[in-house]
Amino acid sequence: MMLRLLLLLVALSALTAPARAKDELVLGMNQSPGTWNPLISSMLAKSLITNMTARPLTAYDASSRLVCLACTDLPTIENGKARVIDLPDDGKGGSRKGIELDLELRELRWGDGVPVSVKDVAFTIEVGKHPLSGVASSEGYRRILKLDAKDDRRFTLTIDRVTYDYNSMGLSLLPSHIEKPIFDANPAEYRNKTAFDTDSTNPGLAFGPFRKVEIVPGSRVTLERNPTWTGQAPHFKRIVIKIFENTASLEANLLSGNIDYALGELGLSLDQALAFEKRHKAKYDFIYKPALIYEHIDTMLDNKLLADRRVRQAILTAIDRKAISDKLFEGKQPVAEGPISPLDPMYSPAARRYSYDPAAARKLLDEAGFADIRNGVRHNAQGERLSIDMTTTAGNRVRELVAQVIQSQLRQVGVELRIKTDPPRIFSESLNRRQFTGLAMYAWVQQPGGVPRTILKSTEVPSAANGWSGQNYPGYRNPDMDKALDAAERELDVEKRRGFFAEIQRLYVDDLPVLPLFFRVDPFVIPKQLKGVVPTGHLNSSTLWIEQWRWED
Amino acid sequence: MTRYLASRTVEVIVTLVLMSFVVYLLIGLMPGDPIDQMIAGDPKMTSEDAARLRALYGLDRPLLARYLAWAGEAIQGNFGYSRSFGQPVLAVLWPRLLNTLVLAGTAFVIATAVALPLGIWAASRPRSIADYLINLVCFAGISAPPFWVALLLITLFAVGLGWLPAGGMADIRPGTPWTAALVDHARHLMLPVITLTLVQLGAYTRFMRGAMIEVLRQDYIRTARAKGAPEGQVLWGHAFANALAPVLTILALSFGGLLSGALITETMFAWPGMGKAIYQAILDNDYNLALVGLLIATLATLAGNLLADLAYVWVDPRVSLTGNA
Repeated sequence: MMLRLLLLLVALSALTAPARAKDELVLGMNQSPGTWNPLISSMLAKSLITNMTARPLTAYDASSRLVCLACTDLPTIENGKARVIDLPDDGKGGSRKGIELDLELRELRWGDGVPVSVKDVAFTIEVGKHPLSGVASSEGYRRILKLDAKDDRRFTLTIDRVTYDYNSMGLSLLPSHIEKPIFDANPAEYRNKTAFDTDSTNPGLAFGPFRKVEIVPGSRVTLERNPTWTGQAPHFKRIVIKIFENTASLEANLLSGNIDYALGELGLSLDQALAFEKRHKAKYDFIYKPALIYEHIDTMLDNKLLADRRVRQAILTAIDRKAISDKLFEGKQPVAEGPISPLDPMYSPAARRYSYDPAAARKLLDEAGFADIRNGVRHNAQGERLSIDMTTTAGNRVRELVAQVIQSQLRQVGVELRIKTDPPRIFSESLNRRQFTGLAMYAWVQQPGGVPRTILKSTEVPSAANGWSGQNYPGYRNPDMDKALDAAERELDVEKRRGFFAEIQRLYVDDLPVLPLFFRVDPFVIPKQLKGVVPTGHLNSSTLWIEQWRWED
Repeated sequence: MTRYLASRTVEVIVTLVLMSFVVYLLIGLMPGDPIDQMIAGDPKMTSEDAARLRALYGLDRPLLARYLAWAGEAIQGNFGYSRSFGQPVLAVLWPRLLNTLVLAGTAFVIATAVALPLGIWAASRPRSIADYLINLVCFAGISAPPFWVALLLITLFAVGLGWLPAGGMADIRPGTPWTAALVDHARHLMLPVITLTLVQLGAYTRFMRGAMIEVLRQDYIRTARAKGAPEGQVLWGHAFANALAPVLTILALSFGGLLSGALITETMFAWPGMGKAIYQAILDNDYNLALVGLLIATLATLAGNLLADLAYVWVDPRVSLTGNA
């Protein structure tokens, strides 16, 4: 009986064992995309796939350089295609400066043959601005005061302010010939009626190198070459993206050959990749790409115990971040000294660094008044125990492990750390509503050259009054920091902006409202025959350059 | 019979209405709302954006008002849209329900077909080596966590031997012969079905064995044997029919649970089913999707219960639905 069963399995296997073609690629990822409309929500799984079917106007490349993708030339002050202008008086008095940008669309066609035109740009901005469209972040669209069409492909945008990132137009275009009638019928229902979700494989929704031809929800998405794509022809005719939300299952599918490559941005975890490398080094290339994902610990500055910056400095000095990186991540995860990554063009190496020094930490705690040690825990003159809660996300094994190591290292200098783990939705509520009482460990995703305004500006402290928006969860308020943030945001001269960024980093590491831990790395486990995959380490992911991916013997 | 069915249908409707209220309340009272999650994932969102989106999704209204609005629409057959997928919830859940029915249904049929004879066989030889061996297998099946069984099967059959896919669903392309398509479906279904079958097998076998041992102690069994009835007739003709009633209840109830409870198997084998959909909807604060998913699971359990009651009448003529027997 057993033998028959085995023979049957072999027969079944022989019947359908997939012989993969050279012009086909099967990818795996660990997240399932939700809505396909590029404006309605931001989700990495969706953008990894959408990057292959469409392109934003501009994006940051692997060197964190801003480049045109759907446009022909990047407008800059230097080339005259960006101009600072005086805006008409809005009735509030005072002069206002704005900026004009001249842009030209590349010669592109939607999959149904309709040219990509200024009408699509205008429609996308209209949807982005509309209060009922369901677009999550409409600030970028609201800043666009005017669009002047010169012809079908050339237009000028007028922006209502002057900011350093004036020419970063990550606009994802919507096909107006398909979407506009749906939107005009009822803008409030647009998010539910958009063709991206009701007719997802409509060729007219894609103008990139590929278009979606099949979607099996929660299981796979199949892309085929888009015949109307005018850019470099992709090497693959067909790409299948399979979804395995469990990373152990994703690894098994990689090993069994069911997928060729697990996308580095949403693939194996770091510990999986490290173990995988030991066993399969001969068949795969391993790239550990430091990303602009900043692992850190927020401190609740309303907590009396943490209000004194010497206590915060002592806590950071007592944590051996290098040892944690070496032991848990085999040194692959670089220690962070602040929110700006060394990969960021605005990084300043001059800012103060904290190295592991338990003696210095003890001294700082003594100076802060926590000199009385009882049962191994420090107390101040009022008898208050230096005991702090640290919350992190439940289910993140690596973070839970790091929390335990930090707990044991802080114990050595007399700080008691109580670890709490919350499911992500509860954790995010406790952050947004500022309900955490001591420390909160999690990660931020940064943008290259991005000003950390929402996490450090005093006006960005979430409260009932501002609808619990803003990400300054510690409640950090420093007028000097506010000034530096404003100046960095408005300064167009790169060198002067670099100076403001250096000031931001200096204030940050002196005040330490947030304790820097690491910059996370994305492990890319790439089959040796697959060439052209270039990890970027930021939100403009490697799939934006899918036409360069190819098999090579 | 018609009256009985009508009264049970009313019971089902009342239960579903109560469940919808309780589930809506519980999901609404859980910490965090969808906008909080959006803010956490999008640093560019402003206070105006947050207020606008809360109003758009109706999250600025009291929970009871939101429930009544949803219930009013649901009565007219409009169960709302999934916030995560931007599609009607039934359109999101329907393919997943079919996937789960295929997976859970196949595993249920196989587990039942194997467990019942195995339980009867073990009960007919109590304390024999065969009985001990079957008990051992049953306890192993009950004790082994499904994710571990799944990983073991994947490691052996997908990674080690390369005979079966480690997960996902069949990838049928245009022009594929139907036989090849069927085989591909079977190959993708095999490991998750084996996992789910092993998980259920132990419990069903133990239930069947216990019920049979109880019946085999009865006087009428002793009388049948004394009259010289063959053992097969004693077991299948006399004992089995009487032991089946309690087992049917367990089977019917567990099938309802399978619709929403195959989460681990679905996750490990990347099988897009109901369990995963409901779990993810709760995590993502997708109220409508979670609510309707849980209501479908409740409906399946209630339907299973009703079927068990009807089956009682079929297997035991002494039971009457009208209460006159």
